[in-house]
Amino acid sequence: MAYDKFTVLKSTAVPLPMENVDTDQIIPARFLKATKREGFGDNLFRDWRYNNDGSPKQDFVLNNSIYSGEILVGGKNFGSGSSREHAAWAIYDYGFRSVISSFFADIFKNNSMNIGILPVQVSDAFLNKIFQAIEAYPNALVEVDLPEQKVTIVSTGEYEFFDINGYKKHNLINGFDDIDYLQAMKSEIMDFAQKSRY
Amino acid sequence: MSSKPSSLFDKVWDAHVVRSIPDGPDIFLIDRHFIHEVTSPVAFLGLKSRNLGVIYPDKTFATADHNTPTINQHLPVEDPLSANQLKALEQNSHQYGISHWGLNNPKNGIVHVVGPENGITLPGMTIVCGDSHTSTHGAFGCIAFGIGTSEVEMVLSSQCIMQPKPKKMRINVNGVMSKGVTAKDVVLYIISKLTAAGATGYFVEFAGSVFENMSMEGRMTVCNMSIEMGARGGMVAPDETTFNYIKGREKAPKGEAWDEALVYWKTLKTDEGVVFDQEYYYDAADIEPMITYGTNPGMGIGISELIPSAEDIHAGKASFAKSLQYMGFAEKEGMLGKPIDYVFIGSCTNGRIEDFRAFASIVKGRKKADNVTAWIVPGSHLVEKQIREEGIYDILVEAGFELRQPGCSACLAMNDDKIPAGKYAVSTSNRNFEGRQGPGARTLLASPLVAAAAAVTGKVTDPRTLIT
Ligand code: SF4
Repeated sequence: MAYDKFTVLKSTAVPLPMENVDTDQIIPARFLKATKREGFGDNLFRDWRYNNDGSPKQDFVLNNSIYSGEILVGGKNFGSGSSREHAAWAIYDYGFRSVISSFFADIFKNNSMNIGILPVQVSDAFLNKIFQAIEAYPNALVEVDLPEQKVTIVSTGEYEFFDINGYKKHNLINGFDDIDYLQAMKSEIMDFAQKSRY
Repeated sequence: MSSKPSSLFDKVWDAHVVRSIPDGPDIFLIDRHFIHEVTSPVAFLGLKSRNLGVIYPDKTFATADHNTPTINQHLPVEDPLSANQLKALEQNSHQYGISHWGLNNPKNGIVHVVGPENGITLPGMTIVCGDSHTSTHGAFGCIAFGIGTSEVEMVLSSQCIMQPKPKKMRINVNGVMSKGVTAKDVVLYIISKLTAAGATGYFVEFAGSVFENMSMEGRMTVCNMSIEMGARGGMVAPDETTFNYIKGREKAPKGEAWDEALVYWKTLKTDEGVVFDQEYYYDAADIEPMITYGTNPGMGIGISELIPSAEDIHAGKASFAKSLQYMGFAEKEGMLGKPIDYVFIGSCTNGRIEDFRAFASIVKGRKKADNVTAWIVPGSHLVEKQIREEGIYDILVEAGFELRQPGCSACLAMNDDKIPAGKYAVSTSNRNFEGRQGPGARTLLASPLVAAAAAVTGKVTDPRTLIT
């Protein structure tokens, strides 16, 4: 088992209503020098979060104590850019278990699911509703229900269903990962590789 | 054959599927795997903690590039964290029997430059690397894309990853490219039309006379940046240009194996009648030298055009305003004449010999502008050697430039090559994200010709005015 199981997550949420949040913002390259996967949370959104002298930027949402929770709500095209899985590690290490957006970059989406973060893609309209709910009431609870594939704004009861492929869903719910699966079919792979051109 | 017409992408993909999981991804065999010092150490840690080995060490190649210094490479690497990653790559490669081209190895260089130049990258392969610009190798008719570290671990341990099959897009560019327009401009133009997320979920085939007439290096530049429109990757059908490029390279097939390979490679093209999920057509005549003004690669314009106004931007007005503020630009301003501070030529986008030839063609007989700091960084030792052998080095030195040593350098600024906060850099790399080239750095992406024009004039200049 590779990571925590994911079933239903009910939590307050941190809003980041910015589009095209790229992985260079999530974790700048100069922090990629570690050879372990823990500890990246301290530098999550480093340059948006801290001034050059290391003092926190007051206007950035992670420095605003009225917002907290295990769900990060981001604007459209979240996680574009570099393939660095460190971006997902940083989000996880900081304490988020799910990211909601109306659109995710492919590699980020894969990387997240590979480490047990659930990316939830909702419509633009529903994303706006979530942002509005949090704006109106920073303690608003959002519920992400993976078995039902449903995300709900608890205070208003509004909800939307989201897509996820059956295989990934099964993995997340059980905390399995692809490496376990691939190891189990190693001889099939080796037979195939034997016949392959390269 | 009477079978259903199939695309280049489908042919290569389908030939590599070991098993399809119902309502899940395809399990997909990887022919070549490149690793580097930044995204591999944790994957090896994972292998160790699960007690797994590397299944086919001869299909993986290691090179050090992301955080290596670009001067004094003969000295020990000063930054202890970088040195640690380099050591980890070397030790892991050694332990598992993977060939390793570390610093000072004559074959060392940026992973996406050394793969093709050594004949490791061949048509019809599946290629992955923990770096999103793995898409570069698509220029050879490969399915090549970037992966995360968990996937690096998968490939090391099983030679497979799991991917749902992406949708298919074809981008056609026909017509004749005008003077001063390069492969980089073509791809920046396409991204400016499609936006930075316009091809998300797709694998792109580039087709049409512009790509057919393009050199391999140009095709690599285009495929390199396919990820910047969100695509999983991009590819170009292999043809005589491809075969001529590969022939004689170290790891390319030889003799009978070559003849046999050629027969297969010639089948790697999209059949008549294939329907793509999405298809676009552009005319090369509409493309001028490009430059970006914002903080994602889709925010590009022809060099003589004006920055659009917020009204013209349909999506993300807040991001647009934030972006211009970061760049210190205003809407409806022109880019020409804007003073710049740095020029960076290099990276896996434009760090090959043709790029330095192009740069030198403008620099020759001129002088570096006093206000400009220029970092000229070859993509590999082989490229560096060519620069010297072809006399490009002398042209550069005469004009007041210095040549650095190979590596990713200011493309991602993990080493000391960081653009200072607030400074403007015309860069031939692939990303202009906030802080990509150093905290607070302001990046203008462009071709080697535009970079050269900026380097000798100290401002954004249309290279066409300097070409005789
Ligand atoms: S040059 Fe830039 S894009 Fe290319 S491999 Fe290096 S860091 Fe990645």
